[in-house]
Amino acid sequence: MPCREHRLLRLRVKGLAQDNGLKTMTFQALAQIVVSGLLMGLIYALIAAGLSLIFGLMDVVNFAHGEFLMMAMYAMFGLVLALAVDPVLLMPIVAGLMFALGAIVYLGVVRHAMRAKVNAGMVQVFATFGLAIVLRGLAQLFFTPDFRSIPNTWLGGKTLNLGGIFLPWPQLFGGAVSIAAFVGLYLLISRTDFGRALAATREDAGAVALVGIDRNKVFTIGWGLGAGLVGLAGSVMAIFFYIHPDVGGPFALTAYVTVALGGFGSIFGALAAGVIIGLIEAITATILPTEMKSLGIYAAYLAVVFVRPRGLFGNI
Amino acid sequence: MSTQSIGIAAGLAQANDRFHAARRRQLMTLVVVVLVISVLPLLVKDVYLQNIMVLTLMYTALSQSWNILGGYCGQISLGHAIYFGIGAYTSTLLFTKFGVSPWFGMAAGGGIAALVALVLGYPFFRLKGHYFTIATIVVAEAALVLFLSWPYAGGALGIQLPAAADNWANLQFGRNKLPFIYTALALATITWLVTWKIEDSRWGYWWRAVKDNPEAAESLGVVIFNSKMAAAALSAFFVAVGGSFYAQFVAYIDPDSVLNFHFSLLFALPAVLGGIGTLWGPALGAIILIPLTEFTRSYAGGSGQGIDLIIYGALIMLIALWKPEGLIGFFVRQPKPLPASADEGAHS
Amino acid sequence: MTAAPILSVKNVTRRFGGLTANSDVSIDVPQGEILGLIGPNGAGKSTLFNIIAGAFPPSEGRIVLNGADITGLDAPARCAAGIARTFQVVKSFESMSVIENVMVGSFVRTASAAEARRKAAEVLEFVELDGRANALAGELTPPEKRRLEMARALATEPKLLLLDEVMTGLTPTEARKGVALIRRVRETGVTILMVEHVMEIVMPLVDRAVVLHLGKVLSEGTPRQVVADEAVINAYLGDRHRA
Repeated sequence: MPCREHRLLRLRVKGLAQDNGLKTMTFQALAQIVVSGLLMGLIYALIAAGLSLIFGLMDVVNFAHGEFLMMAMYAMFGLVLALAVDPVLLMPIVAGLMFALGAIVYLGVVRHAMRAKVNAGMVQVFATFGLAIVLRGLAQLFFTPDFRSIPNTWLGGKTLNLGGIFLPWPQLFGGAVSIAAFVGLYLLISRTDFGRALAATREDAGAVALVGIDRNKVFTIGWGLGAGLVGLAGSVMAIFFYIHPDVGGPFALTAYVTVALGGFGSIFGALAAGVIIGLIEAITATILPTEMKSLGIYAAYLAVVFVRPRGLFGNI
Repeated sequence: MSTQSIGIAAGLAQANDRFHAARRRQLMTLVVVVLVISVLPLLVKDVYLQNIMVLTLMYTALSQSWNILGGYCGQISLGHAIYFGIGAYTSTLLFTKFGVSPWFGMAAGGGIAALVALVLGYPFFRLKGHYFTIATIVVAEAALVLFLSWPYAGGALGIQLPAAADNWANLQFGRNKLPFIYTALALATITWLVTWKIEDSRWGYWWRAVKDNPEAAESLGVVIFNSKMAAAALSAFFVAVGGSFYAQFVAYIDPDSVLNFHFSLLFALPAVLGGIGTLWGPALGAIILIPLTEFTRSYAGGSGQGIDLIIYGALIMLIALWKPEGLIGFFVRQPKPLPASADEGAHS
Repeated sequence: MTAAPILSVKNVTRRFGGLTANSDVSIDVPQGEILGLIGPNGAGKSTLFNIIAGAFPPSEGRIVLNGADITGLDAPARCAAGIARTFQVVKSFESMSVIENVMVGSFVRTASAAEARRKAAEVLEFVELDGRANALAGELTPPEKRRLEMARALATEPKLLLLDEVMTGLTPTEARKGVALIRRVRETGVTILMVEHVMEIVMPLVDRAVVLHLGKVLSEGTPRQVVADEAVINAYLGDRHRA
């Protein structure tokens, strides 16, 4: 059972945390927690960005989002095996493949789910959820349920020593990719014709047809972009995280919480919420045993939505 | 209210008669189904198949309970595993620590779960749509994490139900599946009857009104918050009863085997596939889904190749896309919205 | 006119941020009257209507029903107190049958499903929708949906019925049937307050009209008095040019 292995992994991680983390709380230790949390938060934000984009565009929650992340990680794993090129260079290819997957999923599944006249919300949830299970099955079929990792990469296992604060290079790189992706997303939405079509479709998907925007095309590209963003996140994650068919689940849950915390449909709310969640998780992990680190995130989500039922930046 | 309309027109009286005849027919169908299922395990002696019968009936009951809140009242909870876990742990802890009968534990677990549903509902029912659903997932996951590190409840190792005398008082029967089949059948029948009763009661109509259009419901005197709370408490009660039953059936529980997100999904899935917010939907969904899950797992899943997952996932996807109203759509009349109103519906 | 009013709107003001939708509006509605609340677009009719129905509270002022202050009551409580309403954009319970839609209204007065069903059947016959009792609300035509909303509201046994632009989108024939229905409702002793944008439809129907303009009461009186009022003519002409 993958579950058991996962628990062993968690125990091992806990051991590491006790060796390194639980020293006296010096300034250095505090800075270490904040910076680690920040970097992980940026990666969470990047994972959540695609989910938020798709939701904002068409009000659909993709329940296969975690499996998209898993697919991206396996795509990277497979490409590294086949081409023997470093993951950093392969990133655009993975993002491109994921763009195609996103577009295909929209055209093949989601487009049909949206046509449902009854229970439309439920149909979308369970169509994408069924897809998630299929993708997990495919991953098992082609890669077995074993835990994989990509050895000997440029960044893997290397750290940057910044005056006693240790920053793992893969996470640093991931943080940079995340910031670059959000900047790119911002430019795309505010400066391009497609961005304007996207914004118009978000406002009123029915009316855009009248002004000559093909909403099907916008949705297809939207799903491609959403999946492409997860592709970037998966590429980074593949460098420093174990790859297995069930890897997406916990990250997907974090992504849903991130998107809801930021406010559904607010892409930059997702960025802020991702960073907040990374920080809360890092802090919780030092106070509570590591396996309870997600409690902080859950408590934060519940506390926020009870005060602001539409999340921090939600306005829909 | 009016001197002009003293009696009801013949057409309406007829419609009224038809309605009550249909209700009676539902009951008759139940009697026939229950009779058939009662005889079935006497003919099918295979332990593996009997095991599947227990699970199918149990998930029928659980999905029927989920359907009260999710289907009739329209509040999509994907965190009902928390009530399942509460039921399983309450009866098991009461039995192992204090020697209390699992039957009492079942009632106690149901009561505690209903109470927890009310406490959670107080803040949760201010949330709408996805915010509500994610809050339910989050709270169930938090419960999972807490139970994993709660030594009194066995922590991550879980609790083994100590073997007691095999009898109905202890709800333990060794390797004999028959009593479990009949207990699960009773559970499924009771939840069905409760739903049947509610369908033609004030709460039933209020819940459906809240689901369809909360604003209109409020204008007709429906207090939305109270309606949701009532549905949540009833739904949680029966899911917890199912949890206690499951604990007795498998005789060993740990957080991952009763509080996992997987269970929350398995309560919702049969109702959705069979027909959400319908009387027979959960049973229909469970009868197809649960045996399929078990068969694919044993025949295609043993190799670890994931073929079971591919079949299972593809089936969920196909039914969702092909029969959005659920498989019950094959048996009942299809609503045909007018083209104009169909367009309105697509935007909402 | 000396009869105690069933509804009194007392000095109601409603602000949305910097925008004042209603400013010091006072209206009395006597028992058994059909009162038309009219005015050009953006006059504040819908805001006032929603404040009376309890959808949101006024910023200042009070709502009094039969001498009791109901300003603090929410929508369900106002329904229980005897105020029923329809919606400008119809809000049916689409997955429920016509008679079930109406039963939801009946349940505010009875806990018994049989009694609610009997009452709903009676009301459906009254609004001449009994032929569609078992159809799904989603299957109705738009005029039938308007009738259904009326039936649902009547099933709550209201003292005061609030109608929000119920004539909008109806053909002249349908509108005539609607007018006849509203008259029959009044004959049962229900007081009616109706918001209408199109003056021509309501003027022959109402006993009295209140014209709102820019959030204030511009004119008040019999239809004949109101249409002769210079201020009303100007307000409406301005609106016509825009429309």
